[in-house]
Amino acid sequence: MTPLVELRNISIAFGGIKAVDRVTVDLFPGEVVGLLGHNGAGKSTLIKCLSGAYQKDTGDIFIDGERVEIRNPRDARALNIETIYQTLALADNLDAASNLFLGRELTTRFGFVDDAAMEAETRRIMGRLNPNFAKFKTPVKALSGGQRQSVAIARAVYFNARILIMDEPTAALGPQETQMVAELIQELKAQGLGIFLIEHDIHNVMKLCDRASVMKNGQLVGTVNVAEVTDEDILGMIILGKMPERRGA
Amino acid sequence: MTDAASASPKAPRRSLLQSLEIDTRLLGMIGAFVALCLVFNMFTDGRFLTPRNIFNLSIQTVSVAIMATGMVFVIVTRHIDLSVGALLATCSAVMGVMQVWILPQTLGLGIGHPLIAPATMIAGMATGALIGAFNGWLIGYQRIPAFIVTLGGLLVWRNVGWYLTDGQTVGPLDSTFMLFGGIEGTLGEPLSWALGAAASIAAIWALWRARADKVRHGFPVKPVWAEAVMASLAAAAILGFVAVLNAYQVPAARLRRDFAARGEVMPEGYTEAFGLPISVLILVVVAVAMTVLARRTRLGRYIFAAGGNPDAAELSGINTRMLTVKVFALMGFLCGLSAIIAQARLQNHTNDIGTLDELRVIAAAVIGGTALSGGVGTIYGAILGAIIMQSLQSGMAMVGVDAPFQNIVVGLVLVLAVWIDIQYRKRTGEKS
Ligand SMILES: Nc1ncnc2c1ncn2[C@@H]1O[C@H](COP(=O)(O)OP(=O)(O)OP(=O)(O)O)[C@@H](O)[C@H]1O
Ligand SMILES: [Mg+2]
Repeated sequence: MTPLVELRNISIAFGGIKAVDRVTVDLFPGEVVGLLGHNGAGKSTLIKCLSGAYQKDTGDIFIDGERVEIRNPRDARALNIETIYQTLALADNLDAASNLFLGRELTTRFGFVDDAAMEAETRRIMGRLNPNFAKFKTPVKALSGGQRQSVAIARAVYFNARILIMDEPTAALGPQETQMVAELIQELKAQGLGIFLIEHDIHNVMKLCDRASVMKNGQLVGTVNVAEVTDEDILGMIILGKMPERRGA
Repeated sequence: MTDAASASPKAPRRSLLQSLEIDTRLLGMIGAFVALCLVFNMFTDGRFLTPRNIFNLSIQTVSVAIMATGMVFVIVTRHIDLSVGALLATCSAVMGVMQVWILPQTLGLGIGHPLIAPATMIAGMATGALIGAFNGWLIGYQRIPAFIVTLGGLLVWRNVGWYLTDGQTVGPLDSTFMLFGGIEGTLGEPLSWALGAAASIAAIWALWRARADKVRHGFPVKPVWAEAVMASLAAAAILGFVAVLNAYQVPAARLRRDFAARGEVMPEGYTEAFGLPISVLILVVVAVAMTVLARRTRLGRYIFAAGGNPDAAELSGINTRMLTVKVFALMGFLCGLSAIIAQARLQNHTNDIGTLDELRVIAAAVIGGTALSGGVGTIYGAILGAIIMQSLQSGMAMVGVDAPFQNIVVGLVLVLAVWIDIQYRKRTGEKS
């Protein structure tokens, strides 16, 4: 089976510092791959090469086995890649609906933006993600961190993505909302999406991911099947930067 | 999951203003403006609020107000344009040369040819749009700060304008072209009433449409009486303005001259009103078009998104560099349009046309509530800002305030307006 996404030997440097150094990871349809590593390991930078926010210096990106160039976020969207950024990337002065549909506004017959229709759709999807959400008219800067994160998640899942990148999607969420996102991830996975999930919480990783790729100082430590390792093995990879010892055969 | 969130929460008791959903900031600006007018009216023994003075104020405001609507977009996207006055001068120079020298003489169309006015105006607006697009390219694609590009532009375009005419005053202008200046081109009483009525109906229709849209999606709406109050206010404002302009009578001497020119004798007791100036009509059209652009089009949405968070806009697939080009091209186009009106009003192209307009335009946008930090601003605010600025200036001149002191007051008002704005936003919890 060809992978949905393959990032091969990706490198990117900022002023001489190698933020990502020859990293290779892949992702299959219906799979969740966790990206793990200490702060500054290069996880966000790596996925930004896939989402079009950054341009890789060297390396290749394959989608469905075909080599693609992703020069900007528009290219990524055209390939059905959706991203929830760690920084959320919301326009603070606009309301939830305007943010959700930013760049892909619903329009009326005459080509004008249809705010009422967008608000109705936003109410529908937020009802699933975060039923307590009620601030549809306020600029998102007036929302709480978790509410803002819900908006960013809603935006990524609304548009029938095939490849979903989630950079710490539950960092600001309460337990109930986190649970709903976990359910959402499982549902999207069942629909055949491929998901890159950057996550610091080992329990969430063990629960949600099929495989985990660990990075340290910009380099790939290795990729493991989550079912075959323990929490401690993964922690060891993150902290020591070494693959776990193979245990009894 | 059910649509729990879409069920509207029980509405708490609401104040009158909340029911009407009037923007309190707008109300504050209107209040300040009314107070200003009343004070000037008192100190000028009632000369400030005569139809004649209101007519003059209107035609003096148009050129700055048109440019201020474009400046809103520029400032909302976190840029600035210091070159608008100079750009207006270059556009004016191009149009002066076109209609006085090139078209009638070099191309031999002869004076008064019907093609002169339209060709000239297209040339002027195209010049503005092209220069604006070039500014936008330097800012968006070459990443030179707008402050620098347009500060340089201020020097460059003011003097390119000078070279185009060798520093001469260019005139007399084409007679059709002059209709756009104000006093030379007015619609007369019946047509003004008709347009006023049409505008009132359009305003009411727009309110009704907005309500119908909300009802269709099951969103909460204002009580019907509140809609009715708003509709009546809008209609009253429009028709009231038309009534004032229609009350300004054409001086008898001028009427007699017009009749004489047609070889007729003016009947005894004949009167005629000026009515709505074409230039003011253009401002109204620009205001409506720019408001629709800001609120109802993708371009407008992207302008505000890019102002709120440029990175987020880019990550959402918006081509923010091209957006910058479009915003500045639009600004340039509006400078060209303003140049038509300013030049026609002055009845000549002069070298110093538009001098210091950049400051008036920026001040109008800022007094109107456009935040220099980006992402926030309204078209109506900028126009109201331009009206307030012009009233202040004219009022002080009528009262007989010394010229230096006039400038001191205008400067203070600008700073005060921004301070009030910051306090207002603090109160209402918006970011400054
Ligand atoms: N735009 C940039 N300019 C310069 N250096 C950068 C830039 N973006 C990231 N870096 C550097 O690249 C390295 C990797 O950063 P990155 O954001 O990818 O880490 P991360 O693994 O996502 O960390 P965290 O868990 O804290 O989110 C860091 O050393 C960071 O300082
Ligand atoms: Mg990160």
